[in-house]
Amino acid sequence: MDLHLKVEVLDAKTREQLCFLDKVEPHSTIGDIKSLFYKLYPRWYPARQSLTLDPKGKFLRDEEILQSLPVGTTATMYFKDLGPQLGWTTVFFAENIGPLLIYLLFYFRVPYIYSDRCAFTSSPHKVVTMACVCHTFHYLKRLIETIFVHRFSHGSMPLRTIVKNCLYYWGFSAWLAYYINHPLYTPPSYGEVQVHYAMVIFAICEMGNFSIHLSLSHLRGDRSRGRRFPVPSKNPFTWLFFFVSCPNHTYEVGTWVSFSIMTQCLPVAVFTVLGFIQMTVWAKGKHRAYVREFKDYPAVRVAIIPLIL
Amino acid sequence: MSAAAQGTSKAAHGDVAPKKKKGPGALATAYLVIYNVVMTAGWLVIAVGLVRAYVARGSYHGLYYSIEKPLKFFQTGALLEILHCAVGIVPSSVVLTGFQVLSRVFLTWAVTHSVREVQSEDSVLLFVTAWTVTEIIRYSFYTFSLLNHLPYLIKWARYTFFILLYPMGVTGELLTIYAALPYVQKTGLYSVTLPNKYNFSFDYYTFLILIMISYIPRKSIGRLHFPLQKSAIRKTGYTG
Repeated sequence: MDLHLKVEVLDAKTREQLCFLDKVEPHSTIGDIKSLFYKLYPRWYPARQSLTLDPKGKFLRDEEILQSLPVGTTATMYFKDLGPQLGWTTVFFAENIGPLLIYLLFYFRVPYIYSDRCAFTSSPHKVVTMACVCHTFHYLKRLIETIFVHRFSHGSMPLRTIVKNCLYYWGFSAWLAYYINHPLYTPPSYGEVQVHYAMVIFAICEMGNFSIHLSLSHLRGDRSRGRRFPVPSKNPFTWLFFFVSCPNHTYEVGTWVSFSIMTQCLPVAVFTVLGFIQMTVWAKGKHRAYVREFKDYPAVRVAIIPLIL
Repeated sequence: MSAAAQGTSKAAHGDVAPKKKKGPGALATAYLVIYNVVMTAGWLVIAVGLVRAYVARGSYHGLYYSIEKPLKFFQTGALLEILHCAVGIVPSSVVLTGFQVLSRVFLTWAVTHSVREVQSEDSVLLFVTAWTVTEIIRYSFYTFSLLNHLPYLIKWARYTFFILLYPMGVTGELLTIYAALPYVQKTGLYSVTLPNKYNFSFDYYTFLILIMISYIPRKSIGRLHFPLQKSAIRKTGYTG
């Protein structure tokens, strides 16, 4: 008895048969099918392929095994081109290198941004330098985390989304850097006290955020004990896990709130509010996913703001 | 089948009474009928006001003042339509409807009302007339649709008059914003300059110029959407 399966791949839009695979092992994965398909169509690398059992259905994950799918001896799949993809690492790198460098252009008052006589001058206010240090540190930290800490789950992101995201992050950093480094910048109303308090909160939130990223990374790395949800550890910064599902987002909001206070700059506050809204959406999604997956998920936890949101 | 053109065109939301899908309930339908009737009446009042003022004065000049209050009231009232979409009693996109209504409200309050000097411009009459005719037809279209008795004349009028009214309205709006520019620049209206406590600045003059530029993509999309909706309805018969 021939235990092998046949797989035919049709174009989701035109229904034209793109390929027919004979003698496919039943325990092959979708990833294997994609590799075979890629051999026949070299411009559609696996990350660009979306394979579904139904033309309008949800795409099949790479790890799915053929014989566990509801198909007969011949599996019919529909192919859609997802467009050019970039890996998550590349995406994060692009999103974060922009703000880092753009802010510095404004800090050093590169010509044509402000009036000619201000080119390459520096601000007399200490807070402006502190703000630059903080902003630069924040993005350097993110770049380092992208390379060494984060473990990304999905393969990639479409090009259009990346362009949109970069426009958003780069644009906003230009907007807020413009005002903070402007010759007519006004330092915070409560002076040094305000700046110092804000810096303390900034430092705490950055350390907190980093601790959470490390914790999540270890969780991902240690697959041996199956899927688990994150829990507080000996590091006090992770104790926020008692109260929220996504303390990394909580700390990130804290970072930007402190930066708003430090610079007393309205555009920074606007960026903070928008970031808060977006991160709340992400946190709520993650929280719901955790609650659905783990029956013993702690009931006291909420998504992003302890006891509130 | 969601919204088509923005600003002066006739299509803010798609057809309002989907009885085949999960349409609005009886109470919502009653409310919407009342809303659309009131709006039709309101814009008729504006139309009549314009005609009477023209006959009385014998010229086009300064007719804005004769309908200023009902224009503001009924155009601002259209903000409710965003709520209708949000709540779900009207099957249109909140974002699209929002853009259109806010665009109109912006022109009414932030340009025409705010810059006194443009109120006597002929361009104001141009867009007010376009809006008035458009809205009378649009709101009566919705009223009849909701009552499941849409006279072909109204449907025909809506899609045909659009061809003239849309460019007329866009022209009127652009010319009005353009006329407002020198006054905005001179007085620094709605603008914030540095230095200030919150380290922020806003130049309304530049903002208005950007709005004018944005008309190119926004209105082209609208100009294309609407006839597409028209042919879709032609194929399926009226979807009221």
